[in-house]
Amino acid sequence: MSTDTITAISTPVGEGAIAIVRLSGPDAITITNELFTGKDLHEAATHTINYGRIIDPETNDIADEVMVSVMRAPKTFTREDIVEINCHGGMVAVNKVLDIILSKGARLAEPGEFTKRAFLNGRIDLSQAEAVMDLIRAKTDKAMSVAVKQMDGRLSKLITELRQELLETVAHVEVNIDYPEYDDVEEMSHEMMRTKSREVHKRIKELLEVANQGKILREGIATAIIGRPNVGKSSLMNTLVQENKAIVTDIPGTTRDIIEEYVNVRGVPLRLVDTAGIRETEDIVEKIGVERSRQVLQESDLILFVLNFNEDLTEEDRKLFEAVQGLDYIVIVNKMDLEQKIDLEKVRELAGERPVITTSLLVEEGVEQLERSIASTFFEGEIDTGDMTYVSNIRHIQLLKQAKQALEDAMEGIELGMPLDIVQIDVTRTWELLGEIIGDTASDSLIDQLFSQFCLGK
Amino acid sequence: MTFNAGNYDIIVVGAGHAGIEAAVAAAKRGAKTLMLTLNIDMLAFMPCNPSIGGPAKGIVVREIDALGGVMGKVIDKASIQMRMLNTRKGPAVQALRAQADKTVYMQEMRKLVENQENLTLRQGMVDSLIMEDGVCKGVVTETEAEYRAEAVIITTGTFMRGKVLMGHLEYESGPNNQRVSVNLSENLEELGFNLKRFKTGTPPRVNSQTIDYSKTEIQPGDENPRNFSYETTTKIIDQLPCWLTHTNEFTHGIINNNLELSSMYSGVKRGTGARYCPSIEDKIVRFDDKPRHQIFLEPEGRNTEEVYVQGLSTSLPENIQYEMIKTIPGLEKAEIMRPGYAIEYDVVAPTQLWPTLETKSIPGLFTAGQINGTSGYEEAAGQGIMAGINAASKVLGKEPVILDRSQGYIGVLIDDLVTKGTNEPYRLLTSRAEYRLLLRHDNADMRLTEIGYEIGLISEERYNKLVEKKRLVEEEIKRLKKIIIKPEQANHLLETINSTALKDATNAYDLLKRPEVNYNFIDQMIESNEALDEEAREQVYIQVKYEGYIKKSNEQVERMMKMEDKKIPEDIDYDGINGLASEAKEKLKRIRPLSVGQASRISGVNPADVSILLVYIEQGNIARVAN
Ligand SMILES: Cc1cc2nc3c(=O)[nH]c(=O)nc-3n(C[C@H](O)[C@H](O)[C@H](O)COP(=O)(O)OP(=O)(O)OC[C@H]3O[C@@H](n4cnc5c(N)ncnc54)[C@H](O)[C@@H]3O)c2cc1C
Ligand SMILES: Nc1nc2c(ncn2[C@@H]2O[C@H](COP(=O)(O)OP(=O)(O)O)[C@@H](O)[C@H]2O)c(=O)[nH]1
Ligand SMILES: [Mg+2]
Repeated sequence: MSTDTITAISTPVGEGAIAIVRLSGPDAITITNELFTGKDLHEAATHTINYGRIIDPETNDIADEVMVSVMRAPKTFTREDIVEINCHGGMVAVNKVLDIILSKGARLAEPGEFTKRAFLNGRIDLSQAEAVMDLIRAKTDKAMSVAVKQMDGRLSKLITELRQELLETVAHVEVNIDYPEYDDVEEMSHEMMRTKSREVHKRIKELLEVANQGKILREGIATAIIGRPNVGKSSLMNTLVQENKAIVTDIPGTTRDIIEEYVNVRGVPLRLVDTAGIRETEDIVEKIGVERSRQVLQESDLILFVLNFNEDLTEEDRKLFEAVQGLDYIVIVNKMDLEQKIDLEKVRELAGERPVITTSLLVEEGVEQLERSIASTFFEGEIDTGDMTYVSNIRHIQLLKQAKQALEDAMEGIELGMPLDIVQIDVTRTWELLGEIIGDTASDSLIDQLFSQFCLGK
Repeated sequence: MTFNAGNYDIIVVGAGHAGIEAAVAAAKRGAKTLMLTLNIDMLAFMPCNPSIGGPAKGIVVREIDALGGVMGKVIDKASIQMRMLNTRKGPAVQALRAQADKTVYMQEMRKLVENQENLTLRQGMVDSLIMEDGVCKGVVTETEAEYRAEAVIITTGTFMRGKVLMGHLEYESGPNNQRVSVNLSENLEELGFNLKRFKTGTPPRVNSQTIDYSKTEIQPGDENPRNFSYETTTKIIDQLPCWLTHTNEFTHGIINNNLELSSMYSGVKRGTGARYCPSIEDKIVRFDDKPRHQIFLEPEGRNTEEVYVQGLSTSLPENIQYEMIKTIPGLEKAEIMRPGYAIEYDVVAPTQLWPTLETKSIPGLFTAGQINGTSGYEEAAGQGIMAGINAASKVLGKEPVILDRSQGYIGVLIDDLVTKGTNEPYRLLTSRAEYRLLLRHDNADMRLTEIGYEIGLISEERYNKLVEKKRLVEEEIKRLKKIIIKPEQANHLLETINSTALKDATNAYDLLKRPEVNYNFIDQMIESNEALDEEAREQVYIQVKYEGYIKKSNEQVERMMKMEDKKIPEDIDYDGINGLASEAKEKLKRIRPLSVGQASRISGVNPADVSILLVYIEQGNIARVAN
């Protein structure tokens, strides 16, 4: 019934560093095979696992060392050919692999689409249909809220600006078409269109370059580490960074204040708030007061709240407890190698449902429990929605790429001397694709723009 | 006491642009049809601008003609000027516009209607519908005449509870001081319809003898005038020009000083006007930085001195209109023959209709034209023909005809209306069509004439012509692909037009694809195809030249059609579908889309809801097979 091949990251719960890219559809094997060095997957028996590497065809670089399971229709979850690529290099590698697969013609799966296919292909029976629909709803809503939340304010602003420029250009072409005698505006020329397209194209390209460096791709869960001075915040950061092969992004040419630390804790990418930010949160209470700090905390997805095992709870600790109420936080009682002076019962009481972990960062104890706790905070009760967080970002990149392509089509049309109303089809498409990134697909905007930009009518 | 005044298959209420197309289409299809109207002298009256066509709208006229409607044929006879617009742009946006002789248009239309078999024209004011078991069975007029029918099409335009506004003057009226239709509006409300209040306006008309044309710029018709109808064989001669002038700071000063006198700015809450038909007051308020606005002077006909002042639509008091006019170059001494005015009227919120234009709540009742919230003669006529076709389908037990968004602007128009509704008078714009490269002026026949033929609106002869044209086009494309052109044949010629030289032999088709190469150029090196007439040749040219873009559009259409083909069962119970968001549920229950494609275009129905709907429908299908 379906003719295209879909793909997504589908990492099951808690499997730590291993992440899986799954493909389903008629071209699943062919697509993978083109990128795979190892055994010819067309020859591989069904339900076998094959070792090899995924190569980025553009650069010929190794994207990751992988194990590839090949499962042929019909005895699969979707009743289509399925390939699962087990990546080892953590989220960065897995994202890269997904990216390459998408560039080879697979389509990013909609939320719940594997399950939907399973259903439509008769793999799931009637009574389960309800559940499928609920699943789609839940996944889509989650994906959407994550997508919106994850979207960097700057990115959203930039896209909105680019769209507005495109929209004005399109409206200009439209007014020339629909009101050919309207003499108040210069007729849009190929030159004007070329200039505008190039400008926007350049900016999309820049965005993509940044994305490819990981800026957007690895945009993880915004994580703030808070606590009084000397409780071990910097140590915690270092531990997480070292243990988890953090990637320190220092994009050349950008200002220092956007250095960010990314760590991958059991499949959960954490974006440890930029150093400037961390320094700020450190003295957050005394510096900016509880009200403001609450606001800063609100913007984080996860808060690691550090206490000192070796000291009794202070007034400041209690204020911090108040500040994190209602948020996703984990209490870390550090320095357990020293004498206990803290009232742990009291801490647990204040933390309520939230996890309390005791650690010694000095002798590296309790770190594993902490990591598990971080992972389960995000995967709690979910079956395989662990991918959602990152997929939304991949989706952005995919859309940006498509937008870039559409604009290139437009530019080609301009060079060929195609009439502008035809070139404009691709420009409009660019505008629509960018709109999908920020969730704005209202088609009426063009008409609104037309009539607010120009004075038209009888 | 009512009396029985006759039994028909179909009754059309109104003889405006929608009503006429509806009545003629229904009658042609074999339904015994009655057309009732307030005043038969005013049949096909144009209450506003004396022109038909233009971007998007002109293509609608072509589509109507391709389906077998009448607007194109009649305007060809009644035009005093023809202009092809956007000729320097791509083929997709070229469109024809005619200046009309309003009187001749009405006379020609009257003749056509009177001579239409199966069609009865009668004067009468319809007050109410005859309802039996929730089904519409006819109409009753103010004279208590009762007409019975299986289907009724209401096309009452701007007449329902019409109210004319000019300064502080307000009175109940239809357009141009015709009688207002109040009871029918009330009856529709009683029957449960949601009516909205819209507004439009018209500029003053001046006496041509008092215009100093030397101060204006002439706007002549085309040297080689075209026709709307594929059937018209004659060409218009002796075209009349239009004239261009502008408003200025003095005009704007007068308007600004008297704004509070305009009925629109007097603070009274008014019906919704369209942004694209703003009054001059609106323009000056909203674009106060503009030093001037264009004014076109358009003759209303050959046998009248009346001139339409396009660009000056207003509801200012008459004396201010006089002052304002005199500030405009060329109109210093102009005498107003009729002042401009605004009119408010009732419309039926179009989301209450099926895509056939039948109302959802009352089987047998259709509405078409401005009553559905549109504006414009062409938009009205486009709906009219579809309502006529579908009412006839219903009565004759035939399949309904619904054009999709890739088949015509008419499809776009109706789909937008019934799926999204409208908050202001709806006007077609080329940007409303997502596949406008496919919806061209030149290929309306290729798109729609076969449908027209199948439903009996297009003659055998005309259909055969189309088949022949299609064959010629196909053959020519094949031929061009087969003709090999060698570098030595072409390169010296290519050099003359700065086109890159050929390295290897190519075929004529690929050569023609080059942007700088046209048919005449190719003709220099190959034998030309004598069998091909101008029209077929134009088709080939466009299809070759824009092949890549057309292909892309076609792929998009295919994707859309996959969703259009997923029909939603009529008895679907949206409340019973768990995953649907409540906003989506509420909208789906109201709009009741026929397909998943239509559902996906409803604002507030998001992709997750669409997925869920798909799964649900598929589940239903599986269940049906299982049973
Ligand atoms: C002042 C004004 C300005 C306009 N300006 C523009 C413009 O700028 N641009 C534009 O595109 N369009 C404009 N229009 C709209 C354009 O005139 C209409 O869109 C078009 O005429 C609508 O066609 P119709 O067939 O729906 O209705 P109409 O042409 O209005 O026809 C309605 C018919 O219904 C009949 N009727 C009404 N009530 C009854 C009844 N109870 N019983 C029997 N018969 C009845 C009438 O006699 C008439 O024949 C304007 C209209 C007006 C009045
Ligand atoms: N004994 C002990 N010392 C620790 C532990 N974690 C951190 N420290 C020490 O505590 C001091 C303050 O740590 P730091 O990470 O800078 O705290 P911050 O001020 O919260 O960032 C340093 O000297 C660390 O070496 C621990 O688990 N046990
Ligand atoms: Mg520190």
